[in-house]
Amino acid sequence: MNYFAGAIAFILDGANWGGENSIGSRLVDHLVYTGISVGIAVLIAVPVGLLIGHTGRGRTIIVAITGSVRAIPTLGLLLFVVLFTGLGLWPLVLVLVVLAIPPLLAGAYSGLDAIDRQTIDAARAIGMTEWQILTRVEIPLGIGLIVGGLRSAALQVVATATVAGYVGLTGLGRFLIEGLALHRYELAIVGAILVAALAIVVDLVLVGVQRLVVPRGVPRGTSRPRARGGRPSGPSGAPAPVTEG
Amino acid sequence: MIEFRDVSKQYPDGTTAVDRFDIVIPSRKTTVLVGSSGSGKTTLLRMINRMVDPTAGAVLIDDEDVAGIEPVRLRRRIGYVMQNSGLLPHRSVVDNIATVPRLTGASRAQARARALELMDTVGLDRALAKRYPSQLSGGQQQRVGVARGLAVDPNILLMDEPFSAVDPIVRTDLQQEVLRLQRELHKTIVFVTHDIDEAFLLGDQVVILATGARVAQVGSPAEILAAPADDFVADFIGAKKGKRRLEVASRRDDDLVLADSAGFPVGLLARSQAYSVSDKTAQAGDA
Repeated sequence: MNYFAGAIAFILDGANWGGENSIGSRLVDHLVYTGISVGIAVLIAVPVGLLIGHTGRGRTIIVAITGSVRAIPTLGLLLFVVLFTGLGLWPLVLVLVVLAIPPLLAGAYSGLDAIDRQTIDAARAIGMTEWQILTRVEIPLGIGLIVGGLRSAALQVVATATVAGYVGLTGLGRFLIEGLALHRYELAIVGAILVAALAIVVDLVLVGVQRLVVPRGVPRGTSRPRARGGRPSGPSGAPAPVTEG
Repeated sequence: MIEFRDVSKQYPDGTTAVDRFDIVIPSRKTTVLVGSSGSGKTTLLRMINRMVDPTAGAVLIDDEDVAGIEPVRLRRRIGYVMQNSGLLPHRSVVDNIATVPRLTGASRAQARARALELMDTVGLDRALAKRYPSQLSGGQQQRVGVARGLAVDPNILLMDEPFSAVDPIVRTDLQQEVLRLQRELHKTIVFVTHDIDEAFLLGDQVVILATGARVAQVGSPAEILAAPADDFVADFIGAKKGKRRLEVASRRDDDLVLADSAGFPVGLLARSQAYSVSDKTAQAGDA
């Protein structure tokens, strides 16, 4: 019953880090899958989330996507896609993008939604264009939650990219699959430990990013709570006229 | 001069915020729009810089319909001060004040130098320049708000209940500051408040608004105090309840005797003075 010790010994053995099918190459592949998928998801979800957060229109899309898409089982979707496309990198990237979009979308949207309406109203009233409001007020003030969405997406994708092993790719998931198939459970534990460690490292890096990008004067990680004049959650969804206090 | 011509505002849900509003706001004077919640006073103010567009009628600045001016360009030449300052929390005091000059192409150094001057103008210690809004008191934040409103040296300054969220002592300071600034700068100030004392203190012209932006009375503070147009105005200015710090106690010849709330006479309001104020308002209105 010393699988765990075996796994640690395997990881600490420098010979297992170099060459083909080593820890090193699989770690790099795992990071490449994660990077490509999260990158594409950012390009899709962040602009959409910012647009919805800025205009306040289309909030139902956020609710629908964050609710329903999250319920899709990634492995099931991957096998389903592979049936049509065959094995390869892109089916994997597609399902990981689908996985990463909801937290990114929610982060970008809620980052903007949490900003005090009066701050934005004032920015408009002193003569900022909508683009200037977005880039100079909303994104700086919402960046904490936007990066928070990125952290959440990256964590999920790092953990889930293990499914790459099922469709002929490598990554840290190979250790899990091989360990289970060969009854070398210490290998499976190697995979589990490495994925968990990688997730922690990635998250710590992004925490650092979060601290760097949140401007001074704004509480870190969160945006200012809405004091007054918050957007009423009416069913119309239209921005309400500013009323007198 | 700012002119409201037969202005109405209806929201899509059918509520009428403003119904056929007409008024002339004279240049280089302080006009106070005063009314309780729902009187449409903020809506009227925001029509001047096109934060709200009327559904009927026109708002004119120096005879130019604002509907024909691109909103961003219009807003950049009108100062705007709001309740709770509306400062950008991620920018330092000096950068907040310099925001609009930077947008209109001033260099960073130029804009900052001007911002520091404005801090002097509004009575803020330059040592606060690098602070963030959350590190300032409410009164200091409002001063920064006023400095930002003055940053592009606008002819028009819109002030939307700027002092209603600060404590009474600070409010008194800030009101005196506005009076001092106005003596020095002679801006066309449009000031919105629900506080009738504030309105009488600051206004050269006071517009008392009832629901739906119906004009209950327009005039100088002296005129309104001396002769409330109707029961609504009398009630609003507290003349009936003796709530006013000063009220007209009696007439002596042509003069009005002013008494404090305990009934002690404190002075005379010479009629000729009251007339001269109203004449000025009328002239400015015609100009």
